[in-house]
Amino acid sequence: MSDILTRVKKVTVEELGVKEEEVVESASFTEDLGADSLDVVEFVMALEDEFGIEIPDEEVGEIKTVGNAVEYITKKTAS
Amino acid sequence: MGRVVVTGLGAITPIGNTPGEFWTAAIAGTNGIARVTLVDPSPFDSQIGGEVKGFDAEQYMDRKDARRTDRVIQFGIAAAAQAMEDCGVELTEELRDEFGVLIGSGIGGLNTVSEQTKVLYERGPGRVSPFLIPHMISNMPAGMVSIIHGLRGPLSNSVTACATGASCIGDAAEIIKRGDAKMMLAGGTEASINDIGFSGFCAMRAMSTRNDHPEVASRPFDIDRDGFVCGEGACVWVLEDLDHAVARGAKIYAEVAGYGQSADAYHLSAPHPDGAGVARCLTMGLRKAGLTADDVDYVNCHATSTGLGDKAETMAIKKALGDRAYQIPVSSTKSMIGHTFGAAGAIEGMACIFALRDGVLPPTINVFNQDPDCDLDVIPNEARQQPIRVAINNSFGFGGHNACLVLTKYE
Repeated sequence: MSDILTRVKKVTVEELGVKEEEVVESASFTEDLGADSLDVVEFVMALEDEFGIEIPDEEVGEIKTVGNAVEYITKKTAS
Repeated sequence: MGRVVVTGLGAITPIGNTPGEFWTAAIAGTNGIARVTLVDPSPFDSQIGGEVKGFDAEQYMDRKDARRTDRVIQFGIAAAAQAMEDCGVELTEELRDEFGVLIGSGIGGLNTVSEQTKVLYERGPGRVSPFLIPHMISNMPAGMVSIIHGLRGPLSNSVTACATGASCIGDAAEIIKRGDAKMMLAGGTEASINDIGFSGFCAMRAMSTRNDHPEVASRPFDIDRDGFVCGEGACVWVLEDLDHAVARGAKIYAEVAGYGQSADAYHLSAPHPDGAGVARCLTMGLRKAGLTADDVDYVNCHATSTGLGDKAETMAIKKALGDRAYQIPVSSTKSMIGHTFGAAGAIEGMACIFALRDGVLPPTINVFNQDPDCDLDVIPNEARQQPIRVAINNSFGFGGHNACLVLTKYE
């Protein structure tokens, strides 16, 4: 879990150009971290690359916050 | 029709990353050409270029844009930021509505196209970046500059290949003259030193292959010239309605007195050999400035160091300016920075502006044996002290585009 959080943080900092301390579990990618719709597409691709998973378009809506991303990836990588 | 003056400048070039650094290097006759580093040059016939050195994108934009925008956009944003600061204007909400942007790129985001094409073929369409299209379209440098500075006047991009910089400045000046804006950021940006760009230009057999001696490869008007050298960079001017500039006490560099445009209607890449199209362009620029051949003090030539081009331009200048052509000093800044394509007219027009200001004419370097077919006074190898009042920048582009800017000392 903590490893996944660390890696999600890394991808977020890199892709969205935000400071690491801003990337807290409750932070919303669009509301708090300044991501627009195109940023989200690229960010999701980066998560897919980082974790070697596929995130179908219809499931992207589940990933609104940093915490959501960690939960989603934990679930995906466990199965 | 109003008058238009230049009240700010910004530049990123192969010989300096500010207008001041560029000008100091230009009048010292500095070579900006070397073996390229942005791409592995070994597979290409031409392995040399005029690269921008030490550019730090984060100095001009946030980290997100610095990481992912195309180099062509970054150069444009940087030059525009410098020009905005230089002009010293205080932006009000009213002025934002009358402040436009006309920054062009001849080619667009070719680095992005190259990278994302590889992604498409190696990893499939689902991995292609959502920023491919926004970062490759050649109007995006202008678009992003408008967004960053909140400028809501006319926003466009005059794409005329290697004449783009001059076309954008000329068109922007006319937008102000006809009353559609009080101020415009105008100029050009280019960054095509990459694998696909070099492949294309090399295939045209247009580039110099003097790979062992890059420092003397760009040699306009020299009899042994063997093609142009690829450059990159950006230059943006602040153009302003004269009354507006005077009212706010702005520093005025020069006046954009005339703008000529014409077409060769001849071939997609070769210039018309008799130079008639270029001559008509020059004549139009002078007519619109209310000047004649006798008034011209200096011409900053397009002269890219190709066999046909430099000769045709020489003929055109003689055709337009008559016998007086032999008394007018001319030079090619491309001898130092290479061909910066869509940025060329703006960078080289800036050289005219500083020549008007300082009374110093930049040289054509690498003139060892002047071609008898290019028999004008080309200011060989060393800058010349000479006060001037009227300077012309010539710019031509693939497709047969001709553009010239007639710039005058503001008095």
